[in-house]
Amino acid sequence: MNEITQNLLKLVSDWKGSFSGAYNIRENGCGIDRKSSKNIKIESKQDKPGLDIRIAPGTKGETVYIPACVTHGGVDDLVYNDFYVGAGADVLIIAGCGVHTENGEPARHNGIHRFFLEEGSRVKYQEKHIGTGGIGIKSIDPVTDIHLGKDSVLEMDTVQIGGVDKTLRETTAVAEEGARLIIRERLLTDGEQTADTIFKVELNGKNSGADIVSRSVARGASRQTYTSDIVGNAPCTGHSECDAIIADTAFVDAAPKLSARDPDAELIHEAAIGKIAGEQILKLRTLGLTEEEAEAKIIEGFLS
Amino acid sequence: MLCLEDISWIAPDGRTVLNGLNLEIPDGKLTVITGPNGSGKTTLARIIAGIENPTSGRILLDGKDITGMDVTERARYGVSFAFQQPVRFKGITVRSLLETAAGGKQEDRKLCSILGDVGLCSKDYLDREVNATLSGGEIKRVEIATVLARNSRLAVFDEPEAGIDLWSFKSLIGVFKRMHESLNGTLVIISHQERILRIADEIVLLADGAIKAQGESKKMMTQVLSSGSVKAACCREEALFNE
Ligand SMILES: Nc1ncnc2c1ncn2[C@@H]1O[C@H](COP(=O)(O)OP(=O)(O)OP(=O)(O)O)[C@@H](O)[C@H]1O
Ligand SMILES: [Mg+2]
Repeated sequence: MNEITQNLLKLVSDWKGSFSGAYNIRENGCGIDRKSSKNIKIESKQDKPGLDIRIAPGTKGETVYIPACVTHGGVDDLVYNDFYVGAGADVLIIAGCGVHTENGEPARHNGIHRFFLEEGSRVKYQEKHIGTGGIGIKSIDPVTDIHLGKDSVLEMDTVQIGGVDKTLRETTAVAEEGARLIIRERLLTDGEQTADTIFKVELNGKNSGADIVSRSVARGASRQTYTSDIVGNAPCTGHSECDAIIADTAFVDAAPKLSARDPDAELIHEAAIGKIAGEQILKLRTLGLTEEEAEAKIIEGFLS
Repeated sequence: MLCLEDISWIAPDGRTVLNGLNLEIPDGKLTVITGPNGSGKTTLARIIAGIENPTSGRILLDGKDITGMDVTERARYGVSFAFQQPVRFKGITVRSLLETAAGGKQEDRKLCSILGDVGLCSKDYLDREVNATLSGGEIKRVEIATVLARNSRLAVFDEPEAGIDLWSFKSLIGVFKRMHESLNGTLVIISHQERILRIADEIVLLADGAIKAQGESKKMMTQVLSSGSVKAACCREEALFNE
């Protein structure tokens, strides 16, 4: 494993020279290290690049790490990872991605992750994206497709706070009876970067629910779009929130959509886009911070 | 000593809000500023904190002209201000805000005692975000706590009692009394509450953007109570404070 990979691993997953639990490390399109555990089996797909990750029913408190790193320009990595989570399991999945370029050539990682949660299972899914190095367009285009079985819960924490030039983030989910989807997205773009986020959630089962909160900061001349569509096909609750801070000449477009297809579907959307409130900066300045320190503190809190 | 010399402030819409105001606020004393709604109390406090710049006039703290200092410089020079309408922050915790106020990392014990002073149970509040989920009374108490945490040369509290329940109000009065006892600076409270006026050494009555009267608390009390801008203590409050 090269030094850049080690550094990226530290940034995107809690790599401390090794992982404890099941893991697979992908570097420039190749698996370079892998370990399954008694309850979590990781195997290569036969028909295309990627992995099948099978988590045994009832597995509790275990962690799976599936980080992917691209360490130089000229790489366009495409990978399909499928996670099968057995009934009653309760696990943490950490799937960060880091892209590094320095020779001016573009590099891209496109990870297509599918989740199949069986009855009563719970997954906490953490995804951290970062770009490092110098010139060369760095792209990360994650596709996340989630199938929530009866009474299952998936909590997705997705963070991208620097260095990625282009990102298209597509998340789709289908929830059966009693299932819940919780998504927390944090995005920061600067310079000429672009970020496009699309969520589409179908709440098909009785008492299913989704709660999507996206917070983002767009600075410089960066561009962000946010699109969400929550479809309530049953008695269900859906909430989405897009909260963006803009600075400089950045653009943010938010297009939230709610589709109620059942009289007992309760769907809510909130969206707010604007620059940092002047009173917030003033309050922190009365505590002794400079204007720049106040802005940094507000943004750090907002994206925490 | 804080000296305001001939301070005027004209609002962006052209209205004269403060009109040639002169005021001396002595050290080691608790000064309460009162006056009807719209008389210019908050504007005066914002001018002291540097949030607004006076259209004319000078502000002197211990003889030093601080008129040209911006908000940050004044804060660092020892000016603190608790907002009448506290500001909310998504994602910033009470702990983080108090630490910013105190100027660095603090022991939990210290933060707990500050929160205790404003009647908040620290265990429940330190890791709460200072966001819209805090009630009006809770955020107001956090706001006061940020000024207590600074322990500065000059502290101005703008209507600290507003929206606070009687029990917390009682403990707040206790805090101001204690601050008063250990005071080595200047304490200014803007208030409409008789209960707060009663712990004052000096009372300033503001009307139409100028000082209408100023003097020792006892002498001012009758005039101020009859001016109609002060809310007299109610009987429930009396009972609670006398227990
Ligand atoms: N930015 C502004 N633009 C226009 N008018 C303003 C502005 N700021 C304050 N004012 C006006 O100045 C007057 C004084 O306001 P200020 O907030 O200082 O009153 P106050 O004495 O604190 O009142 P209260 O007891 O209600 O808190 C009010 O009439 C208010 O409408
Ligand atoms: Mg006021």
